[in-house]
Amino acid sequence: MTVIDANRMNEIEARYPDYFHRSFRQRFGGLMILIATLLYSLYAVWFFDLPKLFAEAHWERVGIYLSQWVSYDVQPEFRIEDDGSIEVRYPRFSPLGDNPHPDWLVNNPDGSITVSISGTSRTVTVSKNKTIVTAHGVSVPVEVSSGAPKVIGPVPGWMTVYDDNVLADLGFAGNVSISVDRVKIRKRFIGWANFIFDTQSSFFDKPAGEVIGLIISGPRIKPDQSNLSLAFDDIWNNSEWQHGDVWTKLFQTIVMAFLGTLLGSLAAFPLAFMAARNITPNRLLNQILKRFFDFLRSVDMLIWALFLTRAFGPGPLAGSGAIFLTETGTLGKLYSEGLENIDNKPREGIQSTGAQTVLVHRYGIMPQIVPVIVSQTLYQWESNVRGATIIGAVGAGGIGLKLWEAMRTNANWENVAYMVILILIVVFLFDAASNALRHRLMGTKAH
Amino acid sequence: MTIADTQPHMQSTEEIGTAWGRMVAKRRFYTVLGLVILIAAFVSSVRFADESNAGHFFDRLPHLFDFLSWLIPKDWNDVWRALFDIASVNDKGGEEFNFDKGRVYVWGAFYIPEYFELMIVTINVALISTIVAFVFAVPLSFFAARNLTRSWPLRVFTKRLMEFLRAFPEIVIAGLFSAILSIGPVAAIIAITLHTIGALGKLFYEVAENIDMKPHEGMKAVGANWWERVRFAALPQVLPNFTSYALLRLEINVRASTIIGAVGGGGIGEELKLSISRGFGAKTMALVLLLFVTIVAVDQFSAWLRRRLVGEQAFLLQH
Repeated sequence: MTVIDANRMNEIEARYPDYFHRSFRQRFGGLMILIATLLYSLYAVWFFDLPKLFAEAHWERVGIYLSQWVSYDVQPEFRIEDDGSIEVRYPRFSPLGDNPHPDWLVNNPDGSITVSISGTSRTVTVSKNKTIVTAHGVSVPVEVSSGAPKVIGPVPGWMTVYDDNVLADLGFAGNVSISVDRVKIRKRFIGWANFIFDTQSSFFDKPAGEVIGLIISGPRIKPDQSNLSLAFDDIWNNSEWQHGDVWTKLFQTIVMAFLGTLLGSLAAFPLAFMAARNITPNRLLNQILKRFFDFLRSVDMLIWALFLTRAFGPGPLAGSGAIFLTETGTLGKLYSEGLENIDNKPREGIQSTGAQTVLVHRYGIMPQIVPVIVSQTLYQWESNVRGATIIGAVGAGGIGLKLWEAMRTNANWENVAYMVILILIVVFLFDAASNALRHRLMGTKAH
Repeated sequence: MTIADTQPHMQSTEEIGTAWGRMVAKRRFYTVLGLVILIAAFVSSVRFADESNAGHFFDRLPHLFDFLSWLIPKDWNDVWRALFDIASVNDKGGEEFNFDKGRVYVWGAFYIPEYFELMIVTINVALISTIVAFVFAVPLSFFAARNLTRSWPLRVFTKRLMEFLRAFPEIVIAGLFSAILSIGPVAAIIAITLHTIGALGKLFYEVAENIDMKPHEGMKAVGANWWERVRFAALPQVLPNFTSYALLRLEINVRASTIIGAVGGGGIGEELKLSISRGFGAKTMALVLLLFVTIVAVDQFSAWLRRRLVGEQAFLLQH
């Protein structure tokens, strides 16, 4: 920067006194607000007991949950029978179906079984006397012939020895629990298992080409139903992913937002004319209506939703009602503010021709206010699609409850991920559509 | 579009008349078509909503007031007693009238009524998440503003990030964090903060894009770097509007923290949900009253502060 000499500095100071001699409030106001905010933040840290909470938090769960969003596991169990044979069992609702023969499980000639957890570098070999876990470049044999499992040699860091079992943690790929008569393996796969057909379906585990062939020209699997409709039924009623239910609930959420916003808009429209002080000169009526709008908005969507679920039972009707009541308040306020900001000249012009009130409103106000109304309503609709997932969780219908239930079980995180992706797609589509429509109506360019 | 734009060569009144007629007919057609589609969508949505609801609209409508009737307490004083945790004469050992059990003793016999304490938690959730979100949204908005950030990948990335934060369902974040941090208001704080970063960031960068660029150019001419330009040329111009939007957001967040609380985030929302689902009339009335008064108070205070910050300029409600 250039250098200014003292004379010039004094001159500048004399010329702009309000910049150089500011009041205490002007000079330190910002700093005081900053200090107050910092103090408040400290208070909040104490109030919510954050240090203790963060110290006790299960941060390791973040990784587990997030990995469960995009992966699934198979849990085969190996029972070592008295005669030395090894029996493989899968859980009842295993993602591999009722008759699994995975290629990562190899029966060796000597009667032992080798399971590949991750390629050839991480494997588990189960035999009668001992189980060998190979990982991180070492092979660790675990002896099971005596009363308790015993690790032979040094115990590596990824293995934990308990009284009656040994747990080997192989990272994301899975884990192994070894006890005397059984070995439990959890093997993790990336992806969503059985996304299209569940294990009960006749099309389960068939390659895509074969499924398409069956649908187009194959013999009927069920004599009274064509293969196409059977396939559709199987996908729609997939018991693990519940596509039909999820999509219906998502549609319910959209419908809730649509009905609530439309009805709210219809109710708010005439009320806003009465609430706008330039159109209805009655001050008392203006104030009553404006406070009524405030009331509808501040008794929250949540409270309306809870009341209406008690009246109508859980479902989208209660949700629509809740959105309707809140939106009447919000849109009423926005419309009446829009009406108060219109140009009064067209109205006066039409009034001067002796037209009726209805005609004055129709030709003097409507052309000015319609773009504002449509744009605000579209914005609210879009915003309500987003918001309706939450009131859904308190029982007002839609995808919210389903989402909440999936999270509460703590096991269906992949279903949560699926629903989140669907919601995001819907929100983004609505965002784009409502933006495009709004800009067309307002005659401005979208950016 | 006027007739002169489309047919500039037309001269005779008759031609203009027919063209006008055609245009009006076309517009009317579109209006009617739009209305028909809207009505069809409306009717089918109503039927769909009615069918998938547990109780049907017309069956349940007469019972609307049955359920409202439990809200009206037999003894109106119970509402005040519930609000201030004063023992009720109607208390017979159940949970409905055990008002004095919820007292939070601060010092000796001095206590804060239970619902006031829960309301304080809810307001603190809203306040701290607005503050934290403000701190994050301000720099993000400068990165997203076209006139301040030249590199378009950074700009596009920031904008997409903010859109993502806005659109991501809050209950999922609340649910995820209540699994990690145990059930409590902090999960709600994180959920609301992330959403608020996205919402405020969008409003902020629109403000930042509309600033007067002359101070910026002046700073550039004397060789100021990016940080100095943003700090001394952009920030003073946008700060009143930023604060105003943050206050607006605070109003919205007070409501949001109530809602998130109801799905397991603690605070007054959870209590309200329990009270309504169990049918405790007096408690519900007390909670709704407290919530109503608080929300109106926060709204009025923030409106007053906003008027002082940016004058009478009206701000629209934005979610």
